[in-house]
Amino acid sequence: MQFALRRFGFLLISLWAAVTINFFLPRMMPGNPAILMLARFRGQLSPRVLHALELQFGITNAPLWQQYLVYLNNLAHGRWGISLTYYPVPVARVIAESLPWTLGLVGTATIISVGIGITLGIVTAWRRGSIWDNFLPTVATFTAAIPYFWLALILLYGMGYVWHWFPLAHAYSTSLTPGFTLPFITNVVTHAFLPALTIVISSTGGWLLGMRNNMIQTLGEDYMLFGEARGLPPRRLMWQYAARNAILPSLTGFGMSIGMVVGGALLTEIVFSYPGIGFQLLAAVQNEDYPLMQGLFLIIAFAVLLANFIVELLYGKLDPRTRGGESQ
Amino acid sequence: MNPMPEPSLEPMALAGPPKHLGGIWLGIMRRDRRVMTGTIFLGLFLAMALFGPLLAPYDPTATQFVPLAAPSAQHWLGTTATGQDVFSQFLYGSRTSLAVGFGAGFLATLLAIILGMLPAYLGGRIDTVFATAINVMLVIPGLPLLIVLSAYVHSAGPLTIAIVIGLTGWAWGARILRSQTLSLARRDFVIAARLSGESHLGILFSEILPNMLALVVANLIFAALAAILAEASLEFLGLGNPQAITWGTMLYWSNVGQALLNGAWWWIVPPGLAIALVGLSLALVNFGIDQLANPRLRTRAQVSPKQGGS
Repeated sequence: MQFALRRFGFLLISLWAAVTINFFLPRMMPGNPAILMLARFRGQLSPRVLHALELQFGITNAPLWQQYLVYLNNLAHGRWGISLTYYPVPVARVIAESLPWTLGLVGTATIISVGIGITLGIVTAWRRGSIWDNFLPTVATFTAAIPYFWLALILLYGMGYVWHWFPLAHAYSTSLTPGFTLPFITNVVTHAFLPALTIVISSTGGWLLGMRNNMIQTLGEDYMLFGEARGLPPRRLMWQYAARNAILPSLTGFGMSIGMVVGGALLTEIVFSYPGIGFQLLAAVQNEDYPLMQGLFLIIAFAVLLANFIVELLYGKLDPRTRGGESQ
Repeated sequence: MNPMPEPSLEPMALAGPPKHLGGIWLGIMRRDRRVMTGTIFLGLFLAMALFGPLLAPYDPTATQFVPLAAPSAQHWLGTTATGQDVFSQFLYGSRTSLAVGFGAGFLATLLAIILGMLPAYLGGRIDTVFATAINVMLVIPGLPLLIVLSAYVHSAGPLTIAIVIGLTGWAWGARILRSQTLSLARRDFVIAARLSGESHLGILFSEILPNMLALVVANLIFAALAAILAEASLEFLGLGNPQAITWGTMLYWSNVGQALLNGAWWWIVPPGLAIALVGLSLALVNFGIDQLANPRLRTRAQVSPKQGGS
């Protein structure tokens, strides 16, 4: 229980840090970018919206701590501002419409890549010195160094432009009406295939290497030797003794890993014009739509921090060793 | 998905740096083909960055050639949509991309040393605060933060990009250096130095730091790798200065110039492949750094396939 409370405390601290970074960044920048943005939109926006923007970006005479409180209050009440790109649609609605696409894409791709990566990590560690063990870790090191967006471009070129196997962009064909019908679902899946493949190829290598390292450490434990001496079948030793103990530690640093995957997924979405958070983030950046940009950064941070919190809780439940000491 | 193994608690080879570092490295390279490949590739890329402008056949900004020409004897990597020579851009780009990568890597490592080691050595409440800050920085997604930061800065040049990446990329290194400092600070030689009246900073930099040099170098390597990837991503999104010639801006222009639609693969493949190969060679070199730090790994050239089935 104390462990859960401590993790919850860490979640709150990191959420607060993300919000505070968001608040101070535009205020610390030289030549206040928000003033430039506001100057550009003067005359196009209603005075009320302009006033709200001034409050949001601190172009008022109010003291900083007061601005900070107003900002926190607005966030807590779901007033995330008005998007300038999609004026006058509120930021919260743009996020609500694009978030499901990203969650679906990243969620599916992560489950697949964790599954493949961990399985291959187990097998390569078990067969140390074999051809697979010489080959796969090197390939994994290479794929981990490939820029996501470049891999996306290459896949799009080969399987989209040259061979016409998959659609070139968007999440579904505009000729279809969204709904739970078979044609629509197949359409969505074929559109998501290449972006998901990009994420899977780029992120599997990291899981493989991490799992292989832990597995090799586990193989050196005394209970493995004991199991071998008892004459247990190798298959049982590999899965029930070694793999089960090696899986949990390979999830340490999940927060950072998932953060990296999400970052890569944002770039992948941009290449495929996939209507998720990353695509909107680029639109916000290109249109200097700071309210939308801030909202998107916050929702990405929230999602990653929450996912990390959940995994840490599960981790603590499954592995009592982590509950004791301060996690560091 | 931790690119860097957790620190082994073995102290580096006793008492000070070894005399013939180059000789030891040669030995490691001879034993381990991965390290050999990585060192050769990295050397090639560094040479390319240094001498690229001398080797480039044309001015990378000249637009006088036939647009979107496929690779030929005149243009080894073809031309861009505005009739620029891709090979010349590729050579010039290596310089900026590697400089930004290693520059940002240095900055991140420096911050990691300061923020990771100092509080850990001092201990107490300061350490708790900094350790929490490091962990928070680790879980806040890096690329979105970089995108937002660069958007405020407005078409940042390579130097600004390097600074921004360095300022946001120190957390992983700080965490690793912190845990190693915690373990070294309790060793006899540190306690002896403290009893002999050496100052805190003196102990930190003359007793503890030399014993984690390999860890620092490994951190530098991974910080540089992450920085090269981050730089390319930001520039691909158009957040850098599009007039600068780097591998990232090449990819940005190839995307803007509809390289895919025109089938100009020669414009897209070289910069991305080069980034991936630099990353691979850095990771391979790091296998050698591991062996430098932990001599026990060196003796075991071939891993004994004791465990497992046929």
